[in-house]
Amino acid sequence: MTKPSQPPFTGRTEDRRFLTGAGRFVDDIELGRQAYMALVLSTHAHAEIRGIDTTTAAAMPGVLAVLTGADVLADGLGPVPPFFMPKLWGGPDGYGTLRPILVTDHVRCVGDRVAIVIAETRDEARLAAEAVDIDYAPLPVVTGARAALADDAPRLWADCPTGNLSCTLRLGDAAATAQAFAQAEVTLKRRLISPRVAPSSLEPRACIGVHDAAEDRFTLYTSSQDPHGFRAVIARNVLKIAESRLRVVSPDVGGGFGLKAHMHPEDALVLWAARRVGRPVKWTATRSEALLTDTQGRGQEVEAEIALDRDGTVRGVRVEAWHNLGAYFWGTATPPIFFSLQLIPNTYTIPAVDLTTHAVFTNTAPMSVYRGAGRPEATFVIERLMDEAAAEIGMDPAELRLRNTIAPEAMPFTTPTGMTYDSGDFGGMIRIALDRGDWAGFAARRDAAKGRGRLRGRSITSYVEVAGVMNERMEIRFDPDGALSIIAGTHSHGQGHATVFSQMVADWLSVPLDSIRYVQGDTDTVLIGRGTFAARSSMLGGTALMRAKDALIERAKDMAAIVLEADRAAVEFSDGMLRVTGTNKAIPLTEVAKLYYLPAGPANALGIGLSGAGTAAGKPGAAPNYPNGVILCEVEVDPETGAIVVDRMLALDDVGRVLNSTICEGQIHGGIAQGLGQALLEEVTYDEDGQLTSGSFMDYGLPRAGHMPHIESHLLEVPCTTNPLGVKGIGESGAIGAPVAIVNAILDAVRPLGVGSLDMPVTQVRLWSALRAAEEMRGAA
Amino acid sequence: MKLEGSFTVARPASEVWAALNDPAVLGAAIPGCERIEQTEGGYDATVALKIGPVKARFSGQVTIAEAYSPERLVLTGEGSGGVAGFARGAATVVLTPAPGGTEVSYEAEVTIGGKLAQIGTRLIASTSRKLAEQFFASLNAQLSTRTEAST
Repeated sequence: MTKPSQPPFTGRTEDRRFLTGAGRFVDDIELGRQAYMALVLSTHAHAEIRGIDTTTAAAMPGVLAVLTGADVLADGLGPVPPFFMPKLWGGPDGYGTLRPILVTDHVRCVGDRVAIVIAETRDEARLAAEAVDIDYAPLPVVTGARAALADDAPRLWADCPTGNLSCTLRLGDAAATAQAFAQAEVTLKRRLISPRVAPSSLEPRACIGVHDAAEDRFTLYTSSQDPHGFRAVIARNVLKIAESRLRVVSPDVGGGFGLKAHMHPEDALVLWAARRVGRPVKWTATRSEALLTDTQGRGQEVEAEIALDRDGTVRGVRVEAWHNLGAYFWGTATPPIFFSLQLIPNTYTIPAVDLTTHAVFTNTAPMSVYRGAGRPEATFVIERLMDEAAAEIGMDPAELRLRNTIAPEAMPFTTPTGMTYDSGDFGGMIRIALDRGDWAGFAARRDAAKGRGRLRGRSITSYVEVAGVMNERMEIRFDPDGALSIIAGTHSHGQGHATVFSQMVADWLSVPLDSIRYVQGDTDTVLIGRGTFAARSSMLGGTALMRAKDALIERAKDMAAIVLEADRAAVEFSDGMLRVTGTNKAIPLTEVAKLYYLPAGPANALGIGLSGAGTAAGKPGAAPNYPNGVILCEVEVDPETGAIVVDRMLALDDVGRVLNSTICEGQIHGGIAQGLGQALLEEVTYDEDGQLTSGSFMDYGLPRAGHMPHIESHLLEVPCTTNPLGVKGIGESGAIGAPVAIVNAILDAVRPLGVGSLDMPVTQVRLWSALRAAEEMRGAA
Repeated sequence: MKLEGSFTVARPASEVWAALNDPAVLGAAIPGCERIEQTEGGYDATVALKIGPVKARFSGQVTIAEAYSPERLVLTGEGSGGVAGFARGAATVVLTPAPGGTEVSYEAEVTIGGKLAQIGTRLIASTSRKLAEQFFASLNAQLSTRTEAST
């Protein structure tokens, strides 16, 4: 384990455009004759549509078209299947839904898309959308996953053979776990909830559809994490056209967090509408629409059990969980289902696990990936259990973790859920955290807090992340003048790829940083790419980029051998020069590049142009990487008011080899902020009728600057063995460990008063209520 | 959600009952009422309302499900304000003679949807209480004016 040594940070390549207002987001793009789309969304959580009257709306000023599900069917547009089902990852078949881009006869959640209005202006479109008259016949509603499995629960999908159950995923060994529980000295069970949260990207979703009638070709400008993925789904499933007939451009994107990893119906609707009205059609979500129509994250209820001996040896973990899918099996809902179970063993040598989760349909917005995607749920379960177990047997929670931690010598280590960790020093991380965070000095800080009338609590949390899904392709291409471009299959939407990838290429090739152009997010320019999510770009984009560089240098050697009149095997590349070994003959790479573009000369035989492409692969099919770390957290609670202050936060992260420490720490800070939001503030709520009651930022709480502690971040390097760069992912880490770190610290503070359980979000009123209830219990006793 | 309240109107039950069944009185007393028409078994009305940030014109129908003069009235109804949302529900109104007049108490079970639910839920109970206060204050005023005019 080493500390990274880094050159001083001199800012990001992207900073100039973003800090001077020169960034270009979808809503900044204005096209000639552009019209606007407004949505007509279901106001009922579950209902039959008896009729839609569009006559009033169609006659309103500026209206160009009012389109319904019947028009979708008449134009032969197809529905959208899930991006993939659990079966692809070795899970059960499951029931997958086909979601039409406009619903025809049966709405299944508030916010289901029923009709669209296209008009000259945004206001005209919205006014006319209010005039579309829909006759609903309400149906019974169910919003909770466990309630939806009751025999008499209303059913969402008549042809689903298992009622509202899409699938049940089981991992581990039930018999061995039962035996472990029977033999263990202590067992305990807790009900744990990770509520639904709204991704709330700073830039709401937005898209513009363009149809070029001359070429019969579409262009979609959209705020996306994965332009090629959007293109595939929309071209194949909805428009049923060749992918070459759809160009997807994703310019600057103001945050994705998984929300923009998969298309939403609007991306297809603007294209279809553009063809219908013969003009570009733009749509930008309002914040209310975002809270209503965006996919949401988390949404899992868990009955969790742990079995251990009094010496702290954990013998087994058993979990039954319910994942609230919402109305559809939509987009990338599969990874959270898997990761919420697969990462429960965490950094520990738990010999037996028996893990089950049920994915259930309800009358709520669809669930999909959100920063961490199942990993925060898993970490919440195991780390809550570890703290409860430590309290039960009266052991220091750090000591309990150290007793069960996988040793570095045990690497590669395969967990009972089939994850093979290649590297990591989990115990070493805990010991460093205890030292840096002055774990031993806590009692003095707690006593000092007591003097101020505050309750102080602490927690130590280990987490492990699985990063690096799918394969990736990167390209490096010289121009005729010797400047070059990186053509990226990954997609940066806040991760600073233009800085990091360009720096890597500048270092490898010894070319000036400002001679490198970074290109991404346009399916006409990039051959293929998977986009960015699941902390995949450093390993897969980085490795593919390195291989692209290698391929480019191999080709450069062909030219160098000819112009230097040397044996090709004797040509080597170093410090930006192609050299003939044992001689002083050399030529700069940039000169070789120029020769490749001359209208005559060796390029005649070698072929015109100098570029290189590389591919790298991760899970499934190849090994991913496992970033990991420790969070040490201290909070103070005011027992009178329930006010919570997160006072100290120490984050140690093993991200493998560090490419850029400032950008890594920025990712950790952002992840912790979102984790803090989940722990203390954020919860999507529906009432018993399935109406969204957290429909604005008045009711949906996001963390503000004042909630954030000072974060002391340390990066430690345990090189990854699954990729030649030795890197691990970083994008999700903070969001994985932070929620449980904060909740455990609060519980540590209030457990002496008799509060043994708190559900997220631990809002001030929720904590105050729990403190008062505990007070009454003490009074009664 | 459940809404309830009670008010005292300074007139005998029979007069209050008659007022509660008179579209002209109701039209004048309901805050924001733009139109009210008697239909077979109830009323058809348009009311402009502002609940928190949601401002809209709701049109709806009210049906008198049960009427036991002058004691008890059971109403069902539904109204729609387009994108602003909808409300539907049932209410029981009970008239009890009380010192100084008649106590009118109501209990309603209401379902709301759309924007009204998304951003107005927290405000429904307090706003409806305020609207009810305005309604009964206006009813009181109308009845006392009427009494003065007839004497």
